[in-house]
Amino acid sequence: MTESLDTEPTSTIRLTVNGTLHVLEVPDRKLLSDVLRQDLELTGTHVGCEHGVCGACTVQLDGEPVRSCLMFAGSAQGHEVTTVEGIGDDPEHPADVQQAFIDCHGLQCGFCTPGFITTIDAYIDENPHPSEEEAREAVSGNLCRCTGYQNIVSAVQRAAELRAEGASQ
Amino acid sequence: MTTRLFGQKITRREDPRLLTGHGRYVDDVSGSAIAAAFVRSPHAHADIIDIDVSGALDVDGVIAVWTHEDLPGEAAQRLPMLIPHPSIVAPHTGYALAKDHVNFVGEPIVMVVAENRYIAEDAANRIEVDYRFCDPVVGVEASRAGTRIVHEGMTDNVAAHLVQEVGDIDSGLGGAPHVLELDLEFERSACMPMEGKGVVARWDSGDGSLEVHSSTQTSTGLRAVLAAKLELPLTKVEVITPDVGGAFGVKINHPWPEELAVACAARALETTVKWTEDRREHFISSAHERAQTQWVRVGFDDEGRILGLDVKFWHDNGAYLPYGVIVPLNTSTHIMGPYAIPAFRVEYWSLYTNTVMVTPYRGAGRAHAVFMMERTMDAIAAELGLDRAEVRLRNFVREFPHPMGLRMQDGAEGCIDSGDFVTSLDKLKSLVGWDEFESYREQARSEGRQVGIGLACYIESTGAGPYEGGHIEIESSGRVNVWTGLTSHGQAHATVFAQIVADELGVPLDTVHVTTGDTRKLPYSVGTWGSRGAVMAGNALHLTAKKVREKALRIAGESLEADPEDLEIVEGMVQVKGDASASMPLAAVSVLSNPLRYAFDESARAATQFAKESDEDEPSIRPGEQPGLEEQEFFSPLRSTVANGIHAAIVETDPETADIRILRYCVVHDCGPMVNPLVVEGQVHGGVAQGVGGALYEKMAYDTDGQLLNASFMDFLMPFASEIPHVETDHLETPSPLNPLGIKGAGEAGTIPAATAIASAIEDAEGIAIRSMPLDPSTLWHMRADHAADAAHSR
Repeated sequence: MTESLDTEPTSTIRLTVNGTLHVLEVPDRKLLSDVLRQDLELTGTHVGCEHGVCGACTVQLDGEPVRSCLMFAGSAQGHEVTTVEGIGDDPEHPADVQQAFIDCHGLQCGFCTPGFITTIDAYIDENPHPSEEEAREAVSGNLCRCTGYQNIVSAVQRAAELRAEGASQ
Repeated sequence: MTTRLFGQKITRREDPRLLTGHGRYVDDVSGSAIAAAFVRSPHAHADIIDIDVSGALDVDGVIAVWTHEDLPGEAAQRLPMLIPHPSIVAPHTGYALAKDHVNFVGEPIVMVVAENRYIAEDAANRIEVDYRFCDPVVGVEASRAGTRIVHEGMTDNVAAHLVQEVGDIDSGLGGAPHVLELDLEFERSACMPMEGKGVVARWDSGDGSLEVHSSTQTSTGLRAVLAAKLELPLTKVEVITPDVGGAFGVKINHPWPEELAVACAARALETTVKWTEDRREHFISSAHERAQTQWVRVGFDDEGRILGLDVKFWHDNGAYLPYGVIVPLNTSTHIMGPYAIPAFRVEYWSLYTNTVMVTPYRGAGRAHAVFMMERTMDAIAAELGLDRAEVRLRNFVREFPHPMGLRMQDGAEGCIDSGDFVTSLDKLKSLVGWDEFESYREQARSEGRQVGIGLACYIESTGAGPYEGGHIEIESSGRVNVWTGLTSHGQAHATVFAQIVADELGVPLDTVHVTTGDTRKLPYSVGTWGSRGAVMAGNALHLTAKKVREKALRIAGESLEADPEDLEIVEGMVQVKGDASASMPLAAVSVLSNPLRYAFDESARAATQFAKESDEDEPSIRPGEQPGLEEQEFFSPLRSTVANGIHAAIVETDPETADIRILRYCVVHDCGPMVNPLVVEGQVHGGVAQGVGGALYEKMAYDTDGQLLNASFMDFLMPFASEIPHVETDHLETPSPLNPLGIKGAGEAGTIPAATAIASAIEDAEGIAIRSMPLDPSTLWHMRADHAADAAHSR
């Protein structure tokens, strides 16, 4: 019995990522997380568990946080994907949520952080003035093993402040 | 005068890169490399009769399939016993790929290399292995019974056995007015970093060299072991540790089987091969920690002062012992904690079982020690009807240094070099409101709520030797490049070491750039573990910067015609003290230190104005000098420092559901002077979260066949933000006399006493003795039922 790439179904997909349209030939079973990381070299999206629990691979699909390890790249066709690089890719000029993490010491190893950034970026549009309890709830679908969460919760509130300041300018 | 950066809450310099997707973790390094996947044993204990790889070879895209017999030379021999110790009576380690026998579920047997991981996994699924099953040994009790044996040729399962004694335990216990015995159990958990392990190995057939990127805690250690196992000159192997997504101890063991197998494949195939561990692999084949069965016998007087403490414990070290006995050894040497105990005896047995090996996890062995000692303190207080804090106060060490009379993991005698436990306890009591708790309890009770308070004290030997180094060079641009051999996995090395160097050199922080874990520049290092980073590399870099500074002043002194003693460096300018008019930039000193003839940049051109007239009787580089404003220095301490602290928890337990909620969590912590309090706080927060996980959620659920039943994040419960309390902290800074900066380590402080402080609080809330952790609501609910039945029975 042989298992061959020749017999493995592939498709040509059109994927809009961070505002750029890509046309890719990918195996139908290839995960969105792997296509982002390997085909598009957007390695900011991290894979922590591949079973949808840890949230490290979270990206935005049409502005909503989704687990890119639970989704085939083909399923994202026709949708707008935003990765952490799409939130802000300039270390000299981080986006508001990214700056909030700097201000609050909201990361240590940084591996889970992109998943938090994409989650929080979407959340503070929904709730511009989160209480501490709401901020905690907002990030309670993402695992972090380093920080103990306290500073991440602060970063949610700080990000909301920064966004409000940005909007008022 | 430049503001001193040591002690400042500087925000982290690594953050902007990591936050914008520019982190480079090991799987990011070589996305296009061919990939390895492993066939792992589904059985805990079996002989391998036959391996049929033919199905895998047919898969299109498969490049190589290796079993043990394909491993070359030394790589086919057993993996090393990294830290031998006289107490080890039966050293057993595994192979990179199993040879004839497997000893735990998850042990690697076959490596498949293919164009990508998807194909490698397809092929791995087609490999057939025939086994002859043996009876597995699972858990301390089965191992201790010795009716089944893990390793052939042994008559029992004892890997190591050690006794240490201070004072005369027989007279200590014999003369005590009160004696108590406790049987205790501590959980098996795991580090579980968000990034698993990983390795990318690149073979350069042109010059016969191997370059390895690995998610490791010791790039120098991995380099040495790969050179030995691949039988290569050390100079032909380099290991680079890029960004690491958390480690907590599990990445200190080396080589992991996969690191060795993948490196061998890269050489054989003359290409770049990568392996990135997935989460299931991490659960079943990366190291766990913690599981111990403990017995304590304590004698004490009417005031609660301990007169003698006799301890035995049985440690489950899993199937192999590649990292030696650091975990049980640390347990045995930390039991006495911050207390002056006149007679102490500890005996441990480290036991083989058919489960994943046990190597250090944050707080390595110490969390277990605290559990024994602090559960004992609470038991003494209960026996005498005394306040639990008061009993601890009466037993505290009060004079420093306090020799412990025990041989520690670094081979030196343990010694509590500094501290002030009385003040720490005062601070903690005031922070948590210890003395006011009874009125809070009454108020809660009137609302139908059940609350409890607990505390736990600890010491931690930190900053173990033997040495750590630094390398600093100042470029002609004024940029200061700093290397430490240590790897970094979230400890903010790029920030805290820059603070230390910038202070000593008198340069702005943003000119200092720190590189970690790259053997190409600094091949001498030990590794990042055991809360040693700031103590060891911090002091090494402090000394290195001093050396660079001295050289800079010497060179500048010649140009400025001033005695180096009269010079200082302020904001990157070398100047005569109190006279900024006579000055030159450090950048220019760098040019002068390297008498090249080429004016290759602005600094080099400008520096010519400072150049002395050449002396015809002297060479450009004098004997004993080296070109460049560049130095290396090492720091090697006499012994470990000892940090300390006290934690307190307030919990509420639901009278009906037995749900456990942590209402408050307070930490008083003494790690000596803090280089960056922001970073220390972060380490404490994260450590507490891991401790809370260990207290309430995390447990490796093996069945009697050695199958891990909860090998996913859906079943092994790690705390989310919703489970972790807000942590309140206070600090005491008693400097260590053992190093120039007075630093004691902080990395594991949050984790070590957490499970025990929470056990103490639950016991206080429930009035039921807590003798094992972790404790989940279901277990507590059953304990209540048993307790009620016992109470009814005794009436």
